[in-house]
Amino acid sequence: MHDIHVIDPVSRIEGHAKITLHLDGEGQVEDARFHITEFRGFEEFCRGRLLAEMPGLTARTCGICPVSHLLASAKATEQVMAVRIPPAATRLRRMANLGQIVQSHSLSFFHLSAPDLLLGMESDPARRNVFGLMQAEPDVVRQGIGLRRYGQEVIAAVTGQRIHGTGIVAGGVAEPLTTDARDTLRAGLDEALAAARNTLELSFGLLDRFAEELETFGTFPSMYLAHGRPDGLWEHYDGTLTVIDADGGVIAAGLDPADYREVLGEAASSDSYLKVPYWKAALRDDDPRTAMYRVGPLARINIAERFGTPLADAGLAALRERVGRIASSSFLYHHARVLEVLAGLELIGELLDHPEITDTHVRAHAEPNLRRGVGASEAPRGTLFHDYEVDANGVVTGVNLVIATGQNELAMNRTIRDIAARYVTGPELTDGMLNRIEAGIRSYDPCLSCSTHALGQMPMVVELVDQEGVTIDERRRT
Amino acid sequence: MSPREPRATVPVTIDGQEVDAVEGETILSLARRVGVPIPTLCYLDGLSVHGGCRLCSVEVDGDPRLRLACATPVWQDMDIRTSTWDLQEHRRRIIELLFAEGNHICATCVSSGACELQDLAATNRVDHIHYELSYADEGVDASHPKYVLDRDRCVKCTRCVRVCAEVEGASVWEIAERGGGSRLVAEMDVPWGEASSCTWCGKCVLVCPTGALSFKGRGVGEMRHDAEVVAFLSRARNEGEWVNRTDEEVPS
Repeated sequence: MHDIHVIDPVSRIEGHAKITLHLDGEGQVEDARFHITEFRGFEEFCRGRLLAEMPGLTARTCGICPVSHLLASAKATEQVMAVRIPPAATRLRRMANLGQIVQSHSLSFFHLSAPDLLLGMESDPARRNVFGLMQAEPDVVRQGIGLRRYGQEVIAAVTGQRIHGTGIVAGGVAEPLTTDARDTLRAGLDEALAAARNTLELSFGLLDRFAEELETFGTFPSMYLAHGRPDGLWEHYDGTLTVIDADGGVIAAGLDPADYREVLGEAASSDSYLKVPYWKAALRDDDPRTAMYRVGPLARINIAERFGTPLADAGLAALRERVGRIASSSFLYHHARVLEVLAGLELIGELLDHPEITDTHVRAHAEPNLRRGVGASEAPRGTLFHDYEVDANGVVTGVNLVIATGQNELAMNRTIRDIAARYVTGPELTDGMLNRIEAGIRSYDPCLSCSTHALGQMPMVVELVDQEGVTIDERRRT
Repeated sequence: MSPREPRATVPVTIDGQEVDAVEGETILSLARRVGVPIPTLCYLDGLSVHGGCRLCSVEVDGDPRLRLACATPVWQDMDIRTSTWDLQEHRRRIIELLFAEGNHICATCVSSGACELQDLAATNRVDHIHYELSYADEGVDASHPKYVLDRDRCVKCTRCVRVCAEVEGASVWEIAERGGGSRLVAEMDVPWGEASSCTWCGKCVLVCPTGALSFKGRGVGEMRHDAEVVAFLSRARNEGEWVNRTDEEVPS
């Protein structure tokens, strides 16, 4: 008999989704699919709008990482305008993106995943959430909330607001950083750094406790894609793309993000609103799974030789001593996030100390000079592309957004399949199985609102369907 | 011109307050002078009275009709009520209809934070639209090198029409068609960039109460209007009174 399990809705991730588990005649998991069940159509309704509106408009795709969209969008508009932005604007944007990485990763680690990681996958589901965690580990939660708040304060200082600020605009940033804002951020940095160091220690300890998950949560060879630098330093905002293979061998380096269409394909799927990007050169038999690559924190720490900051580099070296040069388990996305939080804070400190961080020349002005522009940057979840075409009047005629979560879709399917193959052994779904599958997905911190440009919170549904397509079991969680 | 004679005053009651009104002045002028707030949208100091938006409607004791404060001169012993529950409801309905007719998404609008329609919604406590939205989709006219017209954000107040005709003397703008199908057009409905009578002065953009007319290249929330420029020009022109505005906050 061929069965399909479906988990619908999946909880504690950003968005709505459903999982189906296909069983073979022996009751063993044969395949798994992660379906994005909502549709928003941002690419469609951006058409006909003005180029200068695009950063503010596309930022509304997501309330978790609006800064990432602001950055990729502003960079795309600047490609169309053919301008270079003032150095102070670049510094402020880098700082905002680091703030975004700090706050988003803190949300993912503490609010969404720590309940599984600290209370245990098998613990009472009624208490396995941030509130239960607050009772069990109040100091940990307090540090998490503090880290997230600090990241948001950095964002607010640059963009005007913690969420959906509009200060990142075509041509630079709208307002310079005030000395007051700089001093306030500087004053709060040490406490944030201390919290990040504690968190790194905590996270490293978890690698022993979850040795089994480390082996089963998406431990497979894949390619990795992220921004890279010739000097090997970790990069999150600018420059060119690097792609490496499962062993760290460089497949491509120095790729201009504007040429993404030449190297990345996008496969549409009949059962998900998420388009699946793949690495064209590796495609075999028209099966995108053969050309899978991962993006995000794991890809970034695999591609970078080092962060270039002392604390994070020490943490990265310790991780490599433990798992090798390439971290291939998706469970390590969590640890990669914690490393990036620490590096982010260290780099924010460097930027705050830059003598020209409060320079008032922060914007370049220009009219649309070219008909197409591509902007890319590293969102917390991975590489984000905005691609715009405009007419002679500066009205947008075409939009393509390539989102981090979409690029991780194939890896998420593979992770679910591996976890299900290990834990799902019969026609019934147990809580333990569901929790592990959910936790496996959560390690990617998928943001479905961005990737489908869909909306809302994400409950989980898992269905088990037999060979004829009949659902034989279904578990639903809201 | 001979020195002006002081005009006679007439006793009037406004919201229970007995005041002396200047004979011939409008209810709106009186209300503003004595500090009684009456919401307006199409009215603008320095331009002719249009009386189109109906937001300034007030009740006059003994008069079965609502009166437009912007267009009704006071009369002796007039008893005016400006903010009864009925009037507040009436204004909320008008504001909701304006929102429903256009495509007013503040979150992505250039004028957010400096929009008179947004302010009206806030001050009149409009937080829901009870009418079916029209999802207007006329699109933008970005053919002008400096300015943009987004008709879906136009409330047809005709400020731009009047300022262009009355102050700049160019008469680029006109309202075409009727009722719900009416729309702002440049000249004989040509793309703005092809309107040869346009002098690029930008007064229409400065007086627009919403994000319908804006400077090209402005992002979300970056548009700042300056409708008071018309009162300044009008005062300067009619009374020969030129003052230095450089000390004032003038949006660029």
